[in-house]
Amino acid sequence: MAVETMPPLAETAPPRARRESQLALMWRRFRQHQLAVVSLWIVVAFYLVAALAEFLAPVDPAFYSARYTYAPPQGINFIVNDENGWRFQPHVNGYKSEIDPAAMRRTFVIDPEEIIPVRFFAPTEPYRLAGFIPMSVKLMGVENPRDPFYVLGADRLGRDLLSRLIHGTRISLSIGLAGVTLSLFFGIIIGGFAGYYGGLFDSAVMRVIEFIRSMPTIPLWLGLAAALPKDWSALQTYFAITIILSLIGWTELARVVRGRFLSLRTEDFVTAAQLDGASDWRIITRHMVPSFTSHIIAAATLAIPGMILAETALSFLGLGLQPPIVSWGTLLQEAQNIRTLATAPWLLTPGICVVVVILALNFFGDGLRDAADPHGR
Amino acid sequence: MSTLLTVENLSKVYTLGGGLFGPARELVALNDVGFTLEAGETLAIVGESGCGKTTLGRCIIKAQPVTHGHVYYHPKDQAKVELTALGKRDIKPWRRDIRMIFQDPMSSLNPNMRVFDIVAEPLRIHRVARGKELEERVLDTLAKVGIAPDAVGRYPHAFSGGQRQRIGIARALVLDPRLVIADEAVSALDVSIQAQVLNLLDDLKSEFGLTYIFISHDLGVVNYIADRVLVMYLGHVVENAPTEMLFERPRHPYTEMLLEALPIADPTRRKGRSKELKGEIPYLGNRPRGCPFHTRCKYAQDICRSEKPALRSINGSAQMAACHFAETLDLKGAYESSIGGGDRPLPLEGRAGEGVVL
Amino acid sequence: MTAPLLTINDMSIIFTSPDEPDIEAVRQVDLTLTPGKTLALVGESGCGKSVTARAVLRLLDRNADIRTGEILFEGEGGKVDIARLKPDSDAMRAIRGAQVSMIFQEPMSSLSPVHTIGDQIDEIIILHERLTPRQARERTIALLDQVGVPGARERANAYPFELSGGLRQRAMIAMALACTPKLLIADEPTTALDVTTQAQILDLLRQLQDDYGMAMLFITHDLGVVAEIADEIAVMYLGDVVEQGDVFDVFRAPRHPYTQALMNSVPRLQRKAERERLSPIKGNVPSPKDRPQGCAFTSRCPFAFEPCADTRPARTSLPGDHVARCHLLTRTRAEAMA
Repeated sequence: MAVETMPPLAETAPPRARRESQLALMWRRFRQHQLAVVSLWIVVAFYLVAALAEFLAPVDPAFYSARYTYAPPQGINFIVNDENGWRFQPHVNGYKSEIDPAAMRRTFVIDPEEIIPVRFFAPTEPYRLAGFIPMSVKLMGVENPRDPFYVLGADRLGRDLLSRLIHGTRISLSIGLAGVTLSLFFGIIIGGFAGYYGGLFDSAVMRVIEFIRSMPTIPLWLGLAAALPKDWSALQTYFAITIILSLIGWTELARVVRGRFLSLRTEDFVTAAQLDGASDWRIITRHMVPSFTSHIIAAATLAIPGMILAETALSFLGLGLQPPIVSWGTLLQEAQNIRTLATAPWLLTPGICVVVVILALNFFGDGLRDAADPHGR
Repeated sequence: MSTLLTVENLSKVYTLGGGLFGPARELVALNDVGFTLEAGETLAIVGESGCGKTTLGRCIIKAQPVTHGHVYYHPKDQAKVELTALGKRDIKPWRRDIRMIFQDPMSSLNPNMRVFDIVAEPLRIHRVARGKELEERVLDTLAKVGIAPDAVGRYPHAFSGGQRQRIGIARALVLDPRLVIADEAVSALDVSIQAQVLNLLDDLKSEFGLTYIFISHDLGVVNYIADRVLVMYLGHVVENAPTEMLFERPRHPYTEMLLEALPIADPTRRKGRSKELKGEIPYLGNRPRGCPFHTRCKYAQDICRSEKPALRSINGSAQMAACHFAETLDLKGAYESSIGGGDRPLPLEGRAGEGVVL
Repeated sequence: MTAPLLTINDMSIIFTSPDEPDIEAVRQVDLTLTPGKTLALVGESGCGKSVTARAVLRLLDRNADIRTGEILFEGEGGKVDIARLKPDSDAMRAIRGAQVSMIFQEPMSSLSPVHTIGDQIDEIIILHERLTPRQARERTIALLDQVGVPGARERANAYPFELSGGLRQRAMIAMALACTPKLLIADEPTTALDVTTQAQILDLLRQLQDDYGMAMLFITHDLGVVAEIADEIAVMYLGDVVEQGDVFDVFRAPRHPYTQALMNSVPRLQRKAERERLSPIKGNVPSPKDRPQGCAFTSRCPFAFEPCADTRPARTSLPGDHVARCHLLTRTRAEAMA
């Protein structure tokens, strides 16, 4: 039974409401959310890094040098102060090696005397950006490729952490995106059917979702990941992991979609379309889906961090992506033991990236959600 | 006048619960409802919340399936069709003739569509017009309801409640329908806007030759707009009569009670009324035996508790009521006894100079 | 005449927002509430009637500010200016709930869904008066009985969702009356109810007012309800009180064009033969930021003339206890032309 009486609606049109579409309105509300806007820029920056990985990374992530194992971060300096006075010259400092008398171990110390100039847009061997744009410059590089260049330090094999981090960003962020895309695909189809038609199919789907969600995820992933054949190529493992992650990820999105369908089905404008004689297809595509795209975008954004964390966790445990694939998870795997933490704390930088990206994605997603549904929550 | 719509023995039963946890309960929203609607008349369906008036409107237009009974539509130059027997595809052509206006102008317009597309949607679905012709028809209809052509590119949220309701009316009228079901179409609007929309509905009726089913809880509005009134209580039609006869002398105690409770915008007609009003509407699930109204009826006798009265014509007139004592009870109407009515305020001109500035 | 209980003088309420200009939701309102009398505050949505009422209880949102004016309340501890009290001060709390209480349109939003109605009323009684729980419960039952809840003793143990809309509204009224307030503010208390239930609730409120002698501020958009319950009426439009006075005077001879138009918008119960076409107000209520400098009604007024848009009409006293703000009451159009 409908409520028979309601308070009168505001007779005045809302201010500033002109020819704005729902998306434009949403964008305006989103912009008022400063934390979300900052987060958006952070997320965009990270994805740009992922897209331009080959250009930004100083060297190949697999390039190693036994001379510089666990070399500490050099940082980049811009000013040289020598006998000729001050001058602008981007450079890194070289290393002096010292023997630690207590541990009897060779350690590196930055040598402020040795100046290795850094060139921006340094020419290198030709490569293809993202696999298809031919290029032959990198953002930065040293004149002599044999000089050490470890802005963020080196790992156990003397590989450049910065380059590995940049390439890891590409894998970790893309796996989040790919996993969510796949989840979204299943979520929308299954959730949409359940929500629009309801009935037995709906109940069955909901029970399946509850069943999947009641399983402890880590052991489930472990089991699935352990079942992957060892001889699969890096690319095959990558896709297999994506599928494993979205096997669980779709349930949440399916629930969101189903919920929106259920609530929209009783909206008057959907009834009106039915009374117009519109077909189910038209009602779904023209009236219902546009009404919840914004919600779906927000829900999908909020699902990405979970995917990234899951990949990181799996790889950290050694069951997800395997070296030589570089991801944040595999990078962190190398920072697993206490000795590394003591002697090479910079290997934890991937962890910082994970935290920053996850937080940014969450704030961004929250902002989107609030903007999509200002009265909800 | 010709018949436009016939409703026979319409019942709607909702089944609640059932399955694993206990037996299903039945909730009878409509019980054996029947009436005929003449072309060109405005039939009001009134009653309090839960009386089934909204369900009735939605069953007629097949927004909800019915449990029993028949709804016949009489097209202009064709034999009558039984809407309740038609499938989804077969009913589509008749959806052009029977249209609906919704109560809530906020939720009845798709927020993601521009006004032009909202009004054009029915034309596109029924493929009655396209291109220039479609544009003309849409703009024409919008102009008739008072929406300027330069506003058609906007989204619904840029309009006030009254304007949105006008857009909803335009969407209903763009297909050139014969019957419009208005479900509480003015109750969500402010008083001054409500009057605008009522006048608009009135004008459109004569212009398009429309027939209205006007679902409302507001008897003041109903008296203004309706030719005939159907009073519903707990899913039953308790009275069906021409408006003036019903307001002059109701034949069912429930109608009297509704009229009694109606607040009148005139303090001189204030009365200590509600002594007469007792009880509340019983929950639909536990409907009383006999006459559905006997639990609240001050005239109830033994027969009312055991036997359900049938809806019948009173003394052969056009007034029908379902009360055992409809012929004998002298029930109170709502009109003022003195003909001539209340006086309207005088125009302000010529009364100046009387006030003192504080 | 009895001394006024609450006097609002020259009150203006401003809404501020970080990225839009300030909005004057209520401007220079004067109202007087007398014990035993009901003042109905009437107007369409957005006219500022609810804001005015909430200001009395200092229940306004953070971004609302009572910029000018005073709200003088003749309380138990002598006269206080509510406008100068802090919304969450002890003094304000002693007034709110105990001396002034409020009932709302939707009882569900002001009753807690997880406590029985009896417990909720007990709590208020115990909070404001030193009674044992047992005594409080007896008072609660007496109250529920008084507001017409059948089987009060059993119903006190019911949760709000177990009651019908009418009974819920009665329970909320009992709660509002728990501390025998001097002023009851009723914000559209019958709008969500069916007509028969509405009539019962209106009757109950009138009855209770006779018993307790309290003053009542009744907010509604329904002129029928006003005619039914009010002693005095104040008509608001876009933050202005355009007309106020005795309810019989105002209904018989409304003097402001807006009041007249409002009354002509309500269909009257007339026979077909004498039925007149409604004459609604043209156009829509402008947004508060487009309000004319002068009389707020200028843009829709059929009689608007030269001074209306720029000069705000003064409060003009008319015969009886009748006040309106309209230039036509002091000069004719001809005068203005000259």
